[in-house]
Amino acid sequence: MNLRRVWRKSVNAVMFSLTALCALVSLSVLLFILGYLLWHGGKSLSWSFFTQLPKPVGETGGGMANAIVGSGKLLLLASFVGVPIGFLAGVYLAEFGGSTLSFLVRYITDLLNGVPSIVMGIFAYTVVVLPMKHFSALAGGLALGVMMIPIAVRSTEEFLRAVPQTLREGAMALGASKWRAVATVVIPAAARGILTGIILDLARVAGETAPLLFTAFGNSFWSSGWNQPTASLPVMIFTYAMSPYDDWHRQAWAAGLVLLALVLLANIGARLLLPKKALGSRG
Amino acid sequence: MADSTWVVASKRVEPRWRLRAFLRRLRSGDEIAHLTTLIFALTILLITFLLVSELWINSTLARQRFGWHFLFTRTWDPVFENFGALPFIFGTTVTSTLALLMAIPLGVGAAIFLAELAPPRISDALTFFIELLAAVPSVIYGLLGIFVVVPILRTTVMPFLKDTLGFLPLFQGHIYGFSLFAAGTVLAIMIIPFIISISREVLLAVPGEQREAALALGATKWESTWKVVVPYARVGIMGSVFLALARALGETMAVTMVIGNDTKIASSLFAPGNTIAAVIANEFTEATSDLYVHALVELGLVLFLLTIILNALARLLILATTRRGTAHV
Repeated sequence: MNLRRVWRKSVNAVMFSLTALCALVSLSVLLFILGYLLWHGGKSLSWSFFTQLPKPVGETGGGMANAIVGSGKLLLLASFVGVPIGFLAGVYLAEFGGSTLSFLVRYITDLLNGVPSIVMGIFAYTVVVLPMKHFSALAGGLALGVMMIPIAVRSTEEFLRAVPQTLREGAMALGASKWRAVATVVIPAAARGILTGIILDLARVAGETAPLLFTAFGNSFWSSGWNQPTASLPVMIFTYAMSPYDDWHRQAWAAGLVLLALVLLANIGARLLLPKKALGSRG
Repeated sequence: MADSTWVVASKRVEPRWRLRAFLRRLRSGDEIAHLTTLIFALTILLITFLLVSELWINSTLARQRFGWHFLFTRTWDPVFENFGALPFIFGTTVTSTLALLMAIPLGVGAAIFLAELAPPRISDALTFFIELLAAVPSVIYGLLGIFVVVPILRTTVMPFLKDTLGFLPLFQGHIYGFSLFAAGTVLAIMIIPFIISISREVLLAVPGEQREAALALGATKWESTWKVVVPYARVGIMGSVFLALARALGETMAVTMVIGNDTKIASSLFAPGNTIAAVIANEFTEATSDLYVHALVELGLVLFLLTIILNALARLLILATTRRGTAHV
C-alpha cells in the first residue's frame, strides 16, 4: 500500500518535471533563435543600410533603402484596401447587422483569414498582374490589403461591441439619430482599440513574403512609380539569404533584424496599450 | 443585439406611417449609413467569391488536361508539360506530419505546465512572450533555418540519427542538411507557439470543480490533470493542433528556404523535397507556358481547399470546448 503511494507521488513529480522541461525547451529554442538574430543582425547593421541602394554582386557595402521605402509604399497601398473595407464591415457587424447576413459575413471573414498567403499572391497575380502584363507595387498592395481585411473586421467589431450600451442610449436620448450616435459617440469611444487592432494588422502583413514574390516582385533600384515592380524588405531577405554570397548574407541578417524589430515593437506597444482582456489572443 | 435595441417603428404600424418613419430615418442619414456599411460587408463576400473563381478559372487548362490524375501523378516535367501534384502533396504531408510529431508533445506539455503548475503571474508573462513569437514573420524563421537550424542538423542531429536509427529507411542516405527533415523541424518551431497558447487557454477554461472533485477522491495533482483535466479539454487541444496543421500546410517561405526544392519522392527524411506552397513560390515567375501557370494555380487551389477544410474543423472543435466566439482563434 505504502509502495503504491510512493509510486504515485513519484509519477506526479516526474510528469510535472517533464512538462516543465517541455516549457523550458520550447522557450529556450525560441530564445536562442531570437538572440542569435539579434547578435548577428546587430553586427551587420550599419548606417548605410538605411541610406544606400543595394550594391551589385562583388562590391561590398550598400544598403536596402529602396526596400525600406518599398515596404512602406506597399503597406500604404494595403491600408487603402484593407482598412476601409475592414473598418466599415466591422461597423456593420457591430451596429447595423441582422443575424443571417452577419453570420455569413463573419464566417466568410474567418475563412478568408485561413487562406494561405501564397494563394493570396496567386489571386493578386490573376487580378492585377495578368491584365496589366507586368509586376507592380499595386498588385503587391492588393494582396497585402486583402490579407488585412479579416483582422481589421474582427477587431473593429469586438472593440465596438465593448462600448457600453448606455453610451448609445445616452446619445439617442439627446436626440441623435443612430448613425450620428455611432459616428460621434460609439466609434470615438472605441477608437484607441480599433487603431491598435489596425497597427497589429499592419505589423502582421509587413512581414509577409510569399504574396509579394510574383506581385510586387523586386527591384534593385528605386521604383519609379506605383505601377512598377518594387523591392520590399521581406523579399530582399529571401533573395539575399538564398544567394551564395557572404556579403549578401550579412545584409539579409541586418534586414531581418530591422523587420523583426518593427514587427515586435508594434506588437509589444499594442499589447501594453490595451488591457489584455480586450485584445483577444490573436494579433 | 444591435437591431433589438435600435428598433424605432413597431410592426403593427400602418404602411403609410412606416414609409414616413423610413423617410425620416433616410433624412437623418441612418439608412445611408446602414447601406454604406452593408456594401463594404458585402465586398468581403465578393472578394472571397472572386478569389475562388479566379483560382478555378485560371486552372482550367490543367484541370481539363489532367483531370483527377493530377493529384496522383508523380511526374512534374515543365519541359514536356506533364504535370502531377503527387511529389508536392507528399512533401507537404511529410513535413507537416513531422512538424506535428515534434510540436505536439512539446507544445501540449508546455501548455499543461503553464496552465496547471506555473504560478499565474509567471504563466502570463511566459505566454505573452510565446504569443510574440507567433508574430515573427516566416521569412525570418527561414533565415534562421538556413544559417542556424540546417547546420546544427547536418553536423550533429542527422549523423546521430543515422548512427542510431540508420537501419530504418527513413534515416538513410546522404546528409545534405537541406531536407524534408529540416523543413519539418523549422515548421515545428513555428507552430509550437500556436499549440501552446491555444491549448493553455482551453486548459484554463476547464472548470475548477473538475480538478477539485478528482483531488477530493484522493488523486494526485498529476492524476487529476492527466485523467480529468486533459480529457475534458481534449477536443479543444485537437482544435489547436488542427489550426497549427493548417498553418504548417500553407507555410511557404520558411519551408522553401530549407527544404532543398527537389521534385522527387524519396523514402528518406534526409533527402531534399518540395511542398505545394514551396513549388508555387519557386516556379511561378518562371512559368512560361499557359499550361504551366494553370498547373501551378491548380496546386494553389488544392492548397486552398485543404486549409479551408482544416480551419473550419479546428474552429468547430475549439468552439465546442471553450464555447466562445470564433474571433479568437
